[in-house]
Amino acid sequence: MASRTFIEAIREGMADELRRDGSVIVLGEDVGKKGGVFLATDGLWAEFGDDRVIDTPLTESMIVGASIGAALNGLRPIAEIQFADFIHPAFNQIVSEAARMRYRTVGGATVPMVIRAPYGGGVHGALYHSQSIEAFFAHVPGLKVVVPSTPYDAKGLLRSSVRDEDPVLYLEHKKMYRSVRGEVPDGEYTVPLGRAVVRRPGRQLTVVAYGLMVHYALEAAERVAGEGIDCEIVDLRTLRPLDRDTLLTSVRKTGKCLVAYEDNRFLGYGAEIAAIVAEEAFDYLDGPVSRIAGPDTPAMPYNHILEDWFMLSPAKIADAIRKLAAY
Amino acid sequence: MERTSELAAAEGLTDADLVAMYRTLALARALDERMWVLNRSGRAPFVISGQGHEGAQVGIAWPLRRDHDWVAPFYRSIATCLTVGMTPRELMLAQYAKADDPSSGGRQMPGHYGHVGRHVVSVSSPVATQILHAVGIALAAKIRGLDQVAVAIMGEGSSNQGDVHEALNFAGIHKLPFVFIVENNGYAISVPWERELSVRDVASRAAGYGMPGVIVDGTDVLACYRASREAVERARHGGGPTLIEAKVTRLTGHSSDDQQTKYRSEADLEEGRAHDPLPIFRDQLRAAGLLEAATEAALAAEISTLVEDATDFAEAAAEPDPATGVDHVYGDPAASEPPPPWQPERAAPRGPG
Repeated sequence: MASRTFIEAIREGMADELRRDGSVIVLGEDVGKKGGVFLATDGLWAEFGDDRVIDTPLTESMIVGASIGAALNGLRPIAEIQFADFIHPAFNQIVSEAARMRYRTVGGATVPMVIRAPYGGGVHGALYHSQSIEAFFAHVPGLKVVVPSTPYDAKGLLRSSVRDEDPVLYLEHKKMYRSVRGEVPDGEYTVPLGRAVVRRPGRQLTVVAYGLMVHYALEAAERVAGEGIDCEIVDLRTLRPLDRDTLLTSVRKTGKCLVAYEDNRFLGYGAEIAAIVAEEAFDYLDGPVSRIAGPDTPAMPYNHILEDWFMLSPAKIADAIRKLAAY
Repeated sequence: MERTSELAAAEGLTDADLVAMYRTLALARALDERMWVLNRSGRAPFVISGQGHEGAQVGIAWPLRRDHDWVAPFYRSIATCLTVGMTPRELMLAQYAKADDPSSGGRQMPGHYGHVGRHVVSVSSPVATQILHAVGIALAAKIRGLDQVAVAIMGEGSSNQGDVHEALNFAGIHKLPFVFIVENNGYAISVPWERELSVRDVASRAAGYGMPGVIVDGTDVLACYRASREAVERARHGGGPTLIEAKVTRLTGHSSDDQQTKYRSEADLEEGRAHDPLPIFRDQLRAAGLLEAATEAALAAEISTLVEDATDFAEAAAEPDPATGVDHVYGDPAASEPPPPWQPERAAPRGPG
């Protein structure tokens, strides 16, 4: 076991897969000599060379579209979108092409590729370096969406994503890159896609979260524990396919469900969680399924006071827990 | 013994090759015309046509190595698909959207061809996306050390999309084994070329990507063949990509839902018909003594039989089962969302009428 930051675990996951499988390549803007703007790919170009770690022009649609073609012809690309905010020029390639290739060829053609993208705010990134984009893509059948919250999961889920036969959007909360540290085994291990995990067992109320919000929810749970509120924290880890069993087992046990997500609230990913819980755990509920999420502004403002106003925090989540627990 | 006329010898082909090219062109036209009959008689809700493009398509696809090189075609590529090995039955299964349609099992609209074994990349409807797939295929071929060439094909209307710029730039940077074909018929649905292109020739844009831009008369099958052969061989041997623009004509409306007399004059349509590659190539082969009356009659009879057979076969083929509707969303069926609980597990098959 070694202690690793979140970004180190991601980097090691990529390096391990590049070493293990000669068909894996990395491509994106500045991923080569510079090692990526966050240094996620630092050192990969030196080890694996020009053919397997490819600096691209500023062309998000090309990064994804060419990865689709490369995947059709035997490679397993890991495509980096420099910021999730810049993924939208590739929306057509991801949604109309990558996600539909298997379906529209009745299983004949597959697109095994990973699209990595740093998302999320609280880093003074403003409207175009802070966005949460998961709702756009988790809506799309054919695409898998992964959001790790720990270094252990980051590495294990990345390996599983690279080995998966379907396109995976792998979202990394950039505030966690160097602020979150944890134990990562040295040897080979994977974390399967589509499995949530209970991070904190509790009896009275379930908080559902992913990415950075898992850490905020855990902190909020500690804050309210002293007040006699016993929360269970479910870390979804994979948004699609969703692990309904872990979600519903938890809510049926606690009878209350709060979804915490950083994206703006309206039609966010938490809306689907709320709908599933309402449909499938209605008889067990003794309070309204609730959401605590970002405000419905076009995106996160820059000024630090405005940014704090937008971002969820342990304190805000704790307040939402108290309100729901009082039911 | 194999005969070689001067016409064939000049291209390094045999007479049999030229007759086979003509047969593919004529077969594509006959299948296409049958698809319109099926549409107008209420048996197929939609048809989109390659009529007028087939000469360029046959000539350009002819130098490709079958099942080895890759083609990312578009919705007019009926003759391209035949040339690289798709069969009339396979194309008609797509027209009827039947379960065994190898393009998409009836998931896609007609004309959205694809074939995994033949290396035909599945066509989608948002235009120009396929150029990036072909560039990625070429990138993989280069990295893997395969001597494959990837070809992307589209109309001049689609060539204005941003994906084209991103693709050509990347292909040019890395000297990828890639050929970009623009079948320029002068119209993006209803918009004439003057309103969709800032230059007369799409090929002139190739200079901006550091690759040759070649203009070829799309009614001249052998000129198309020559241009393609040169580009394909250059790509295969590390010489990088080429843009080929074939000037063609669109003999039909954009699709079965379009009435082109609304926006094209009779003189314009007449001019288009004068550039129909089928009679032009036929006359060329006749003049070279390659299409004697008996040969032509035998070909016509064979094509007629193939079209009837493909139509009957596809019409009789099984419809897709709604129970398969959620198959192939993911490789692992368990990853799919369950169907709504109130939906019957297996819908009743639809009866006649």
